[in-house]
Amino acid sequence: MHPAYSVIIFTTLSGMGYGLLFWLAAAGLSGSIAMDGVFGSIAFGAALLMITLGLLSSTLHLGRPERAWRAFSQWRTSWLSREGVAAVVTYIPAMLLAVGWGVFEDVSGIYAVAAGLTMLGAGVTVWCTGMIYACLTTVKAWHHPLVAPIYCILALLTGAVVLNGLITFWFNVEKNIIWLGLAVICVAWLMKAVYWEQIDSAPHTHTAGDATGLARFGQVRVLEEPHTQANFVMREMGYQIARKHAEKLRLLATIGLFVIPALCLLALLVATPGFAVVLGFISVFSASLGVLVERWLFFAEAQHIVMLYYGAQSN
Amino acid sequence: MTVLPSSTEKKLGLVIDLDTCVGCQACATSCKEWNTGGYSAPLSDADPYGSDPDGVWLNRIHGYEVVSDATSRTVHFPRSCMHCEEPACVTVCPTGASYKRAEDGIVLVNPDTCIGCKLCSWACPYGAREYDPHHGVMKKCTLCVDRIYNQTLDEEDRVPACVRACPTGARHFGDLGDPTSEVSKLVAERDGYGLMPETGYKPVNQYLPPRPRRDASTVPVSAALSSADDNDQDIADRFFRWADKMLSR
Amino acid sequence: MAQAEPKVDVNAPVGDEVKTTTCYMCACRCGIKVYLKDGTVRYIEGNRDHPVNKGVLCGKGSAGIMQHYSPARLTAPLKRVGSRGSNEFEEISWDEALGLAAEWLADVRKRDPQRFALFTGRDQSQALTGWFAQQFGTPNFAAHGGFCSVNMAAAGLYTFGGSFWEFGEPDWEHTRYFMMFGVAEDHGSNPIKMALGRLKGKGVKFVAVNPVRSGYGAIADEWIGIKPGTDGMFIAALIRELLINEKIDLQSLVSFTNAPWLVIQDEGARDHGLIARTEDGKPLCFDRASARVVEATQTDISPALTGEVTLSDGRKAVPAFELIAHRFLSGAYAPEEAEKITGVAASTIRRIAGELANAAFNSNVELDIPWTDWAGRRHEKMIGRPVSFHAMRGISAHSNGFQTCRMLHLLQILLGTIDAPGGFRYKAPFPRPAPPPLKPAGRAGTVKPETPLQGALLGFPTSPQDLLVDSDGQPLRIDKAYSWDAPIAAHGLMHMVLTNAANADPYGLDVLFMYMANMSWNSSMNIPAVLRYLTETDTETGDYKIPKIIYSDAYYSEMVPYADLILPDTTYLERWDCISMLDRPISDPDAPADAIRQPVIEPDRNVRAFQTVLLDLGARLKLPGFVNETGEPRYPGGYADYIVNHERAPGIGPLAGYRGQDGTLYGIGEANPNQLQLYIENGCFYAHELEPAQRYFKHVNKDYLDWAVSVGFIDAAQPITFQLYLEPLQRFRLAAEGHGAIQPPDSHRERIKRFFDPIAFWYPPFEGAHLDEEAFPMHAVTQRPMAMYHSWGSQNAWLRQIHGFNRLYISRKRAQELDVSDDGWVWIVSAIGRVKAQVRLMEGVNEDTVWTWNAIGKRSGTWGLSKDAPEAKKGFLLNHLISELLPEKEGGYRFANSDPITGQAAWYDLRVRIEKAGDVEIDETWPQFEPIGIGTDRKPPKFLAFGESFKNDGKT
Repeated sequence: MHPAYSVIIFTTLSGMGYGLLFWLAAAGLSGSIAMDGVFGSIAFGAALLMITLGLLSSTLHLGRPERAWRAFSQWRTSWLSREGVAAVVTYIPAMLLAVGWGVFEDVSGIYAVAAGLTMLGAGVTVWCTGMIYACLTTVKAWHHPLVAPIYCILALLTGAVVLNGLITFWFNVEKNIIWLGLAVICVAWLMKAVYWEQIDSAPHTHTAGDATGLARFGQVRVLEEPHTQANFVMREMGYQIARKHAEKLRLLATIGLFVIPALCLLALLVATPGFAVVLGFISVFSASLGVLVERWLFFAEAQHIVMLYYGAQSN
Repeated sequence: MTVLPSSTEKKLGLVIDLDTCVGCQACATSCKEWNTGGYSAPLSDADPYGSDPDGVWLNRIHGYEVVSDATSRTVHFPRSCMHCEEPACVTVCPTGASYKRAEDGIVLVNPDTCIGCKLCSWACPYGAREYDPHHGVMKKCTLCVDRIYNQTLDEEDRVPACVRACPTGARHFGDLGDPTSEVSKLVAERDGYGLMPETGYKPVNQYLPPRPRRDASTVPVSAALSSADDNDQDIADRFFRWADKMLSR
Repeated sequence: MAQAEPKVDVNAPVGDEVKTTTCYMCACRCGIKVYLKDGTVRYIEGNRDHPVNKGVLCGKGSAGIMQHYSPARLTAPLKRVGSRGSNEFEEISWDEALGLAAEWLADVRKRDPQRFALFTGRDQSQALTGWFAQQFGTPNFAAHGGFCSVNMAAAGLYTFGGSFWEFGEPDWEHTRYFMMFGVAEDHGSNPIKMALGRLKGKGVKFVAVNPVRSGYGAIADEWIGIKPGTDGMFIAALIRELLINEKIDLQSLVSFTNAPWLVIQDEGARDHGLIARTEDGKPLCFDRASARVVEATQTDISPALTGEVTLSDGRKAVPAFELIAHRFLSGAYAPEEAEKITGVAASTIRRIAGELANAAFNSNVELDIPWTDWAGRRHEKMIGRPVSFHAMRGISAHSNGFQTCRMLHLLQILLGTIDAPGGFRYKAPFPRPAPPPLKPAGRAGTVKPETPLQGALLGFPTSPQDLLVDSDGQPLRIDKAYSWDAPIAAHGLMHMVLTNAANADPYGLDVLFMYMANMSWNSSMNIPAVLRYLTETDTETGDYKIPKIIYSDAYYSEMVPYADLILPDTTYLERWDCISMLDRPISDPDAPADAIRQPVIEPDRNVRAFQTVLLDLGARLKLPGFVNETGEPRYPGGYADYIVNHERAPGIGPLAGYRGQDGTLYGIGEANPNQLQLYIENGCFYAHELEPAQRYFKHVNKDYLDWAVSVGFIDAAQPITFQLYLEPLQRFRLAAEGHGAIQPPDSHRERIKRFFDPIAFWYPPFEGAHLDEEAFPMHAVTQRPMAMYHSWGSQNAWLRQIHGFNRLYISRKRAQELDVSDDGWVWIVSAIGRVKAQVRLMEGVNEDTVWTWNAIGKRSGTWGLSKDAPEAKKGFLLNHLISELLPEKEGGYRFANSDPITGQAAWYDLRVRIEKAGDVEIDETWPQFEPIGIGTDRKPPKFLAFGESFKNDGKT
């Protein structure tokens, strides 16, 4: 699948934003972080900014962005529509919570309800994002039970890393949240590793013969493409990445997304305040880069079944 | 309106005969011609006279060779929207621009409400949806919905443009939901099949497989005439005797 | 809770106007209906009432809109101001353009009319263009048949007064077995496609004989991947098997052919091998009933097909059939021998022969239609021989094409299929006598200043007396047609004109006028040489070797930059045309038919139809027939005026339908001023349905022959005797052996002796025979893609997406030997050059053959395309590899790379070797020529959104 930058940036930013939102709400509810108005304003501002930028970025992918509002209508069948609805709805509790924390330094009562709803909304939104891909039976690498959970865990991971990064500015470190971040990294790493292993070993059960129904006569080979130049389907669905490049990029994603942030978090446990800020910055930067690479690979490695008509021998 | 109708009154679709398709592209260009001025107008062409021309086409013709140990054959393979009974391209649509008509099962994109998110094209296993970057919306086969009911056309012309043009008669149009229709009978007679049924999309369009060849791989050698290994003169003498005898009768 | 579906306007009218006309996206001439909306072409579809396509339309026809709106359309007359090929032109007025052309032509006509030549390409108005040249007084006229399919046309016309495509076609309705040689995609393409679909539905076996399994071959029940140029050997072996197994229609040979005619056997005599005739020229045969030699054309005799007889002068003679049988019974044509040459297994040849025989003789196809033969004998039934064939350029574009086509016709005749139900069927105005009684005009001494030539310029020589040669045996025509180089050049040799004119061999030209022929590119062999011929100057005068070139075309082709005066033509939707019974009509076997084009849309540019321009020029030159008694233009209304009012013979004009003042006459009748209107009302064609009793055996059918005479198709209701033994060839051969007053130059004697065999035979194509086959082991041919017609399709925004460039197709086996994989690059090397191309591996190709799609490669900058168009960067032509001349023979003479009998260009003789290209630095074919033309300075649009204006709702 063609890795469209608008979509990659969208899922990266919005995942990070919702992850941060989720952790903030959770922290607010559990009292894990001190109620500081300025911190709250900035943290929520950052989360909502990332979410908003992500959503705006996603509209760059549209042919008719001015009609984007129509996308809220088909929540009954469409995960993309659901995601849009959930994203917008989540703004309400999230902004309420932001006001409670940032202005009133209070997360009880109505704000507590808002926090709960924010966590729910963030989770649902990211789950919907993952399901946009996971529901497509046409792309085997996406139609996998781990796809939506990985979207969620990576949102939590990047959200946790950002949260820890923010905390280093204000409060030096919150050990509980560091441990939490480390735990999320471990789980995410495991899930992604399992996912990669499984898509690599998944049998290619479809052939060009199956796609054309001509398998009974033998092996199907392309003699002439419909047109001599590539078309939309080939450009959109036919993106291919060489195996060795993919392996390098997977390594890069692993290091950026899991290894460096984990090391940074561990180091935070013992770091001086000044150094903590640096570590926080490095971990955020690394995780961002890591998730961008992971997302890029998520597209680039995915093979669409339609390419069987265009010369792919199996899918 | 991406909730699919629980059932459709008809299942209009195409039956494509791979035994007679010669790959002439008549269906492809007549489709392009009709639809660039019809319901989906225009079907834009990027870089039309330049180095990388790439237009929107709703029907594309592949050429394949099918190879087994002993034999091979060339098959021309037209491919367009299957107007599936379970079209995920419709259900994934966030705006309702994609829909399946309850009356005849045609899958359409409303060009006035499509936002061009391209998700439907990802959901289609058949590559039937083509994005029009100039128009910013998705285009697809309409089964010539603006022809097949068109009262301004003669009744015999109320068929999709591709069917109307096809010189070899390899394309048939009708109600595949009605077992007594001509197309349904054709499918039954010729073991017609839908593409990739295992994907669960339940394609309505059906393909008729190529008929068995009648060549050295299938025809017994006994059908050949006898050979003569005599010398030329004996052969000629015998032949002339026969000719004489025949003319003397 | 379902939302309402959007309302779809299913009743939008297609357009506000619909007009019928005739397609010109290839040469098939299908009927079309053109829908217009707000003055723009909205939709083109096949006309259901039309006899050719009966409603269907091919991939090209359906893309006609993009041809009409092509960016390559010429917009105004142009005069060259820079050097040739520099593309420096200035726009001039029509008055100036026509004045200039008339001045040039008048000058030549006054001095030496033969120094003017008019050659047209895929023109459909040869009745007019030929007449123009004739009235001008130059013999130098022809259309493109010489580089197309003249072998097929001439072989058929000389053998049985018909041929394929416009001359006749398989009886699709009744045939039980169909065999197709080669691919003939632009010759009757929709009729063939429609028929193949029906045949397959009926279970009629379809055999494709073709080195390549593409298009039609893909759906054949059996594909025979023969080596190019060996079809004749394959057919000869089939004939041998049929003879040996006694599976021929002897009765029809006796009744319809010259098989019983006695051939003089007197080696060395001046009439050896000629037909024994009576004093007044009637052929003789041996009557078995009376045991006497008698006139062969009598009806109540029993002619013998075998046995030597003694003629009244004491000399020996044998029936032609005996000679023919001996030829084909020879072991040289045994299937095992054929297998070595053709690559087709002997067992397959035997099996196919058996299948042919079985279908021809055991199918019991009979029509319960009584008919009367030429002698007045009534037959209760029409007995079928339901085996049919089709072939065109595939077998004819070889240097052995004429004799190969002859063999195919011989096969048909032996099976008795000609105009029998289920076999081959004639299309009016054919059959004509074999050959038609028409000799080429322009013999020595008849070409004089300001003097028209008497008679048509293209004809059918039957003896050396008919040749256009001077007293030294040297050619009189610029293309050397009807000379000893190509005595039976029925369509001329357009492909040799530039070469011969530039080399002043036999003489130079002053003005060359060409129409619709891309002679500086895909219609010529050896393009680098041709470009030299076009641009070389005479060292003494400084003038170009071909001093003045006038070119008329609708589009900016590769030829345009090399002309001095451009007369821009209209598109096919903007013009009148006449698909005439005098030229190449659209007849159906059941219904003679002709057609017109009408302008369905007005030109928006300063262009004029070529035919109207030619009439204007003729009037300016005051050519007889082009002006009336007072010297005023005879056809001031242009081509439409001519179509209606021109008479070739009294009462016979371009159109056969709606003649006479009231439009009720067919064939012969006075001009009808409403004729075009009546054609338009009838869908732009007229088809005359034949009576059932006239529909078969037309060559001997009294009802048909009488009717054909009455409408002017033929001169006399005489039976048309099939010439299995082609006596005219023997006359040329005798001349080569030293008999008669007109003899070939010594350089030509051996060639004439060898190839002018009155009995068809197979010989290896010249290129293969001249070359070291080990150095050039592969054959290289082209095929016509179904969605492209010659070079025209590349300017078409839709069609060029389908074929934007071409690859070289090669068998997987050969590719593996070369270590080349899909999309790898190779060099194609011939005796005269090399071309680099990208390959595609395939199974369905003869292992010793490589091939590519024809005419996809374009010169950078032409056809309204950007300089970096894939057609130029990744497309290629094989033309660069084909020499227009054969290697020098002893004495230094170089024959054209053509059939020795007709002069047909031997495109498919090409031999090559394939070399893997080393490291490819750029993904580009080679050679790349200097960009040329309008594409270089026009910025192409980023998007074409044709049809946007048809959206009537204005919604976003």
